Amino acid sequence: MSNEWPLWEIFIRGQHGMSHRHVGSLHAPDAEMAIKNARDVYTRRNEGVSIWVVKAENIAASDPGDKGPLFDPSNSKIYRHPTFFDIPDEVGSM
Amino acid sequence: MYAQMIKTARSGVKTRDEMTDQEREFQDKIDNDIKIEPRDWMPDDYRATLIRQIGQHAHSEVVGQLPEGNWITRAPTLERKAILLAKVQDEAGHGLYLYSAAETLGESRDELIRLLHEGRMKYSSIFNYPTLNWADIGAVGWLVDGAAIVNQVALQRTSYGPYSRAMVRICKEESFHARQGYHAIMQMAFGTPEQKRQAQDAVNRLWFPSIMMFGPSDSESVHSEQSMAWKIKVKSNDELRQQFVDQTVPQIAYLGLDMPDPNIKWNEERGHYDYSDPDWSEFFNVIKGKGPCNVDRMNARVKAWEDGAWVRDGLLAHARKKAARNMAAE
Repeated sequence: MSNEWPLWEIFIRGQHGMSHRHVGSLHAPDAEMAIKNARDVYTRRNEGVSIWVVKAENIAASDPGDKGPLFDPSNSKIYRHPTFFDIPDEVGSM
Repeated sequence: MYAQMIKTARSGVKTRDEMTDQEREFQDKIDNDIKIEPRDWMPDDYRATLIRQIGQHAHSEVVGQLPEGNWITRAPTLERKAILLAKVQDEAGHGLYLYSAAETLGESRDELIRLLHEGRMKYSSIFNYPTLNWADIGAVGWLVDGAAIVNQVALQRTSYGPYSRAMVRICKEESFHARQGYHAIMQMAFGTPEQKRQAQDAVNRLWFPSIMMFGPSDSESVHSEQSMAWKIKVKSNDELRQQFVDQTVPQIAYLGLDMPDPNIKWNEERGHYDYSDPDWSEFFNVIKGKGPCNVDRMNARVKAWEDGAWVRDGLLAHARKKAARNMAAE
């Protein structure tokens, strides 16, 4: 068994009211140490108010090769955007 | 620079006709400034070259802590000590961002560290020079980190997404490094005659090693062509070196110090400062392991790794035991 500490992906909430964002990764023996290390590595200059850590092996990701089938179909559905609809000025803001 | 003389895994650049469809598609993305991400297809040589470059860059950040760490306990005031400690801590973080970027290419951090310790990977030549007096610490922050910034700002546009994002993060922090260094040396240059003499001595000794950081001159850089085509490298060694000289000369002048190179002169026609080439034979010697501190640096790294083994193993054993206990309880 390898003695390398597992890899954790780190997510930081930058400010109250914002969502957590992926900022990078680090190695740690367990979740508790991962949070401690993340605090030292990623929040030394007030970058965060909350930390999530997730073992990298637990993240499932879409295949880059599927980009077309996954995301292209939404290109043709322009009616999903509010600007698709012309509303007369007289109606007021909507 | 922090990554000097990176061998590209292949020689020569393929023409479009020589490329496979996959390679052409890859090159098109690069040419259109679309970042390459970890799970995207990439040529094996692109991956290998990046691992070498990012790995060397990471090693440089970590080994770079040694010449400065030397002065943490000797800093002249508590404030300077706290600042230096914060800077050296940043360098450890920079190493980590870069190892993480290399790991997304499928190379483990432990493996990169093993290659360094076995002498099969390198770090920047600059860290094989000693820091002899306190002014050296100012000069390192100002000149060495200043040179690093020139390189790393360019690398923010590198084609590999994780490397580029690591550079963005690092550049934000490097600016503190350069400014604290210049601030420290300013105090000395404007201080007593003895302090000024030490500041001058530090600049004299560190100038040429600093401009060597950008690597050999373009005409000698045999590995650059493919790296430029792949946008692993964005600007040439000489371009970056000139940029560094141009920005630094007025800063030396402001300190009232003599130029460390008598040939530094504004060239109206080129719109740049002229300067002397460093002694490249010295550079190649240092790269080959014959610099003033190569042996000390490697010994310190290997010792730190070996002395820390029981901590790494102990924490991992504890984590595994705890996980097993939780599993049994469920």
